[in-house]
Amino acid sequence: MKKQRQPIKEATILFASDSGDGSQTIGTQMTEASAIAGNDVATLPDYPAEIRAPAGSLAGISGFQLRFSSSTIHTPGDICDVLVAMNPAALRVNIDKLKPNGILIVNIDNFAPRNLRLAGYSSNPLEDGALTQFQVIPVELTRLTREALKDTGLTQREIDRCKNFYALGMVCWMYNRPMDYAFQWLKEKFATKPQYIEANTLALKAGNIYSEATEQFATSYEVKPAKFAPGKYRNIEGNMATALGLVAASQKSGLQLVYGSYPITPASTILHELARYRNFGVKTMQMEDEIAAVGVAIGAAFSGALGVTGSSGPGIALKAEAINLAMIAELPLVVCNIQRAGPSTGMPTKTEQADLLQMFYGRNGESPLPIIAASRPSDCFETVYEACRIAIKYMTPVIFMSDLYIGFGAEPWLIPKVSDLPTIDVDFPTDTNGFEPYLRDKTTLARPWAIPGTPGLEHRIGGLEKADISGNVSYDPDNHENMVHLRAEKVARVANDIPPTEIFGESNGELLVLSWGGTYGAVRTAVENKQTEGGSVSHVHLRYLNPLPKDLGEVMNHFNRVLIPELNIGQLRLLIRSEYLVDAVGLNKIQGQPFHIFEVESRIDELLRGDV
Amino acid sequence: MRTKTSIPIPGAVPTLTRKDFTSDQDVRWCPGCGDYSILAQTQRILPDLGIPKEDFVFISGIGCSSRFPYYMNTYGFHTIHGRAPTIAAGVKTANPDLSVWVITGDGDALSIGGNHFIHLMRRNLDINVLLFNNRIYGLTKGQYSPTSEQGKKTYSTPMGSIDNPFNPISLALASGATFVARSLDRDPEHLRNIIKAAFEHQGTSFVEIYQNCNVYNDGAFFMYTEKATKAENTVFLEHGEPLVFGKDNDKGICLNGFKPEVVSLTGGTYSNENLITHDQFAEDRTLAYFLSRMTEVPGLPHPIGIFRSVEHPCYEGMMTEQINTAKEQMGEGDLEALLNAGDTWVVE
Ligand SMILES: Cc1ncc(C[n+]2csc(CCOP(=O)(O)OP(=O)(O)O)c2C)c(N)n1
Ligand code: SF4
Ligand SMILES: [Mg+2]
Repeated sequence: MKKQRQPIKEATILFASDSGDGSQTIGTQMTEASAIAGNDVATLPDYPAEIRAPAGSLAGISGFQLRFSSSTIHTPGDICDVLVAMNPAALRVNIDKLKPNGILIVNIDNFAPRNLRLAGYSSNPLEDGALTQFQVIPVELTRLTREALKDTGLTQREIDRCKNFYALGMVCWMYNRPMDYAFQWLKEKFATKPQYIEANTLALKAGNIYSEATEQFATSYEVKPAKFAPGKYRNIEGNMATALGLVAASQKSGLQLVYGSYPITPASTILHELARYRNFGVKTMQMEDEIAAVGVAIGAAFSGALGVTGSSGPGIALKAEAINLAMIAELPLVVCNIQRAGPSTGMPTKTEQADLLQMFYGRNGESPLPIIAASRPSDCFETVYEACRIAIKYMTPVIFMSDLYIGFGAEPWLIPKVSDLPTIDVDFPTDTNGFEPYLRDKTTLARPWAIPGTPGLEHRIGGLEKADISGNVSYDPDNHENMVHLRAEKVARVANDIPPTEIFGESNGELLVLSWGGTYGAVRTAVENKQTEGGSVSHVHLRYLNPLPKDLGEVMNHFNRVLIPELNIGQLRLLIRSEYLVDAVGLNKIQGQPFHIFEVESRIDELLRGDV
Repeated sequence: MRTKTSIPIPGAVPTLTRKDFTSDQDVRWCPGCGDYSILAQTQRILPDLGIPKEDFVFISGIGCSSRFPYYMNTYGFHTIHGRAPTIAAGVKTANPDLSVWVITGDGDALSIGGNHFIHLMRRNLDINVLLFNNRIYGLTKGQYSPTSEQGKKTYSTPMGSIDNPFNPISLALASGATFVARSLDRDPEHLRNIIKAAFEHQGTSFVEIYQNCNVYNDGAFFMYTEKATKAENTVFLEHGEPLVFGKDNDKGICLNGFKPEVVSLTGGTYSNENLITHDQFAEDRTLAYFLSRMTEVPGLPHPIGIFRSVEHPCYEGMMTEQINTAKEQMGEGDLEALLNAGDTWVVE
C-alpha cells in the first residue's frame, strides 16, 4: 500500500492509561523527540488522585497531553487530534477532549466486558456506534506486544509492561519522529537491567513497523520545525526550572543554598531536583512539617545563607507565622508556593490560582511582602531567580508563585548564559563602627545582614516589635506606627526595581486583558488570535504582583475596559479594583483545569461586542 | 571547622569574662524567678568554653524563659512559639562552626513545639537545648503545662487538670537524644558543670532544668532543691558510681525485678555492690530510660545529672560529608554545565 505523508502545522496528542502503565513516560519521550526535531512543544500531564487505583477504573487514569507545532505556541492545546486510550476507562475519561474526526487509537485487548463494566460502559462503545464521529484505529496492542516479545524470555507480566513503548512506536511512525532519543533513554533508564532495554526497544520498533505495514495507518504527518530565536535550547518542566533558578541564584550570589521542605504535591519535585545538587553545596533538608521547613530556611538566612522553602497552599498556610517572623526580623527568604486546587486539601493533583490573597493577606498584623509569579514553565527560572535577588537586596521574604500546571508542564527553554544573569550583590558588614541592626540603607531601606561569627556585631533579633535603628524590643506607640510604615515603604520601593510594563499589542484601545501566573499561555494565544481578527485588544501579563508596576494605573487608563481572567473567583480583580478604582471585569474558572483558549476568546468577543 | 573537644589554643581567643556575655538590656523576669540563676550560670560558664563570643548563637521560642537571648551579649534570635529547634537546625546546618543553643520552656518545647523537639533529638545536630521546666505557662500567666502534674489547679483548670504530664527526660531518650541531663536552677555549680558537659558533647544535648516560677508555681521543685529536703529526695548520677543518696549517703537504689527500689545501706543487708551502677556512656538506652522513670514513682528520689552521653555522627557533619562526596564524584558544581545538561539543541 502506498502511504501518504501529509504536512501539517501542528498536532496535539493525548496518551491515557491506568496510572503506572507508562503514559507519562511515553508522553515525555514524544515531547523530547518533538523538541529535538525543532518543534515548539507544550505539555500537560494529568495525574489521577490515587497512585494505584484499581486497574481499569476511572479514578486511576493518568493522562499526558502534548502539543507540538511548527510555530510558536503557548499552551498544550484545547482539544486533541489524537487520543491513545489503553483501556475503556481511559477512553471514557478523555473522549470529550478529542476533536470531531480525530484519530482514536485503542487497545481492543482491554475491551473485555469486565473492563467495560469497570469504566461504567453498559455496552461496548467500539461496537455501539458511540464513536462514529472519530477515526477509530483498534489495535490488539497486548497481543501484538506479546507476539513481538515472545523470545525475550521475560514473563508475561514483564512483557505486558512494554505495551506503552509499542504504542509510542506507532505514534512515532505517525509523526515521522526518529526513535533514537527513546533508544538512548531506555539504555540509561535500564542500565542495570539490560533485558528491559532489549524488550522495550523491540516493542518500540515493532510498533513502528506495524504502523508502516498495516493498512490501518494510511497517512503519516510531518510537522516542520518552528522558528525560534537563535540559541541553545532544552526542554524543561516548571519545577525543574525553579530548582535551576535557585541554584543559579546561589551560585551568582556566592551564597550557600539551604532548601527546607516537606513533601507535598505539586512542590515535591523541586525538593527532589535540588537534592541532586550536593556538589553545588546545596543543602536540602526534608523536615518534619512545613513549619520546620520554613524554620530551617529562616535559620539558614540568619546565618548568612540563601534560605528557601517550598510548598503548596496547605503547607504555606502552616508557614504563615514563621514567614511573618522573617518579615519583622527583615531576613531574606524565598517562599515558593506551587499552587494547587484548594480549599483545604482540595484537589491536590489539579491546578488553580486561588492562593493570591492568602499570599497577600494570610498573616497577622501589617505584613507586606513582595510577591512575584511565573507565567510558564521556562519562566520559573528567571522569576525565582528574581525572587532571590529581591529578597537579598531588600532583606525581606519574597513569595514566588507558580502552580501545578506550569510546575509540571514542559516547554523548550532558551538556555541563558550564566554571564548574562543579573548580578546579586551580597554585603555582610564587618565594620563595628556605628553598626546598628536596624539602620537602613537609604535607597532600599534594607537593614544590614550581619551574620553570626562576625566579631563585634553581636545583636539580637526576634518577633517582638523593634525600636527603629537599634532593633531593641520596643512597645512605644509612635515607634510601632513608624516601623509598620517603614516596612511597608521598603516593600513599596521594590517597584523602583521593576521594568516598565510590557504591553502586547496597542498601548490604547477597547480592551486590556490583564493576567498573572500560569494563565499566560491561554490568554496570550487568545489575544493574539483576536488581534489577528482585528480586535482592539491588548494583553499585559504581570510578573510583579506586590508591589504592582508603577505604570500599571496609567497603562489601564488607555483602555475602555479591563478583563482579568483568573483560575479563582476574582482575586487579582479585587486587588486591582481596590488599588486603582478600575471597574475591571473577570473571567473566572475554578474547575482544577487551565483555561482553554476558546474560553478566553469568547469572553473577549463578548466584551468587544459590548454584550456585557 | 571548630571541634569543641579540642583544647583551646591559649591566646587564640581573648580571655572573656561574664561581663562580656551580659547585654545592655534590662532583665525583666519577676524578682526571684529561677531564670535569673540560669542566666547567671550560663554567663559565668561561657567564658570557660574557649570559643570566641561571636560564635555563640542563642535561639529561643516564646515564653518567659525564651526572653533569655536578649540578655546575652551574643548573636540571638527570639523566634516564635515552639519553633526554636527548627531555626536552630537551620543555623547549625548552614554554619556548623557556630555554637548553637536553644532556650525553651516546658510549654514551648513540649506543647506547641513537641513535634520539632522530638525530631531535633533524633537528628542529632550539635545543638545544646536548655529546657527551663517550671511546670507552668509563665508568660501567659499561669495555665497548666504539659509537665504539670495531673490534678493541677490553675486558671484554666479550676477543678484540676485531667491530662497526664510528659516526662521530658524519657521523651528525649525515646527520641534518640545522645546527651540527656537534668540540673537545678538552685544548684549553681552543678548547673554550670552540666552546661559545660552539654557544650562538650558532640551532638544534640538536652538539659532539663528544674526552674522555680515563684509567681505561678512557687516551690514546685523545692523538695529537690532546698537544703532541708534535697538530699533525701534526689540522687546525683555519677558515671561508674553506685546510686547512693540521703543526708548521710545511707540509701541506695537497687533493682527489684524491673523496678527500682530504695534500700538502706546501714542495716548490713545491702552494700554498694547491690546497687545500680550508673553508666552514662552505655549505647543501650535501657538504663537511662529506667532512671528517667524514677520521677514517676512516689517515694523515689529524682535523678539529677547526666543520664546518657553517647557519641553518634552529627547531622550537619553528615551533610558536609555528602557534599564532599558529591564534589569528589561529580566535581565541583558548574552552573553553565548544569543549565546546559540533558538533551539540548541549537537553533541557528
Ligand atoms: C502561636 C502562639 N500561641 C500562643 C502563644 C502564647 N504563649 C506565649 S508563651 C506561652 C506558654 C509559655 O510557656 P513555657 O514554654 O512553659 O514558658 P515559660 O513562660 O513558663 O517560661 C504561650 C501559650 C504565642 N505566643 N504564640
Ligand atoms: S512568671 Fe514565673 S517564670 Fe515568668 S518571669 Fe515570673 S517567675 Fe519567672
Ligand atoms: Mg513553663
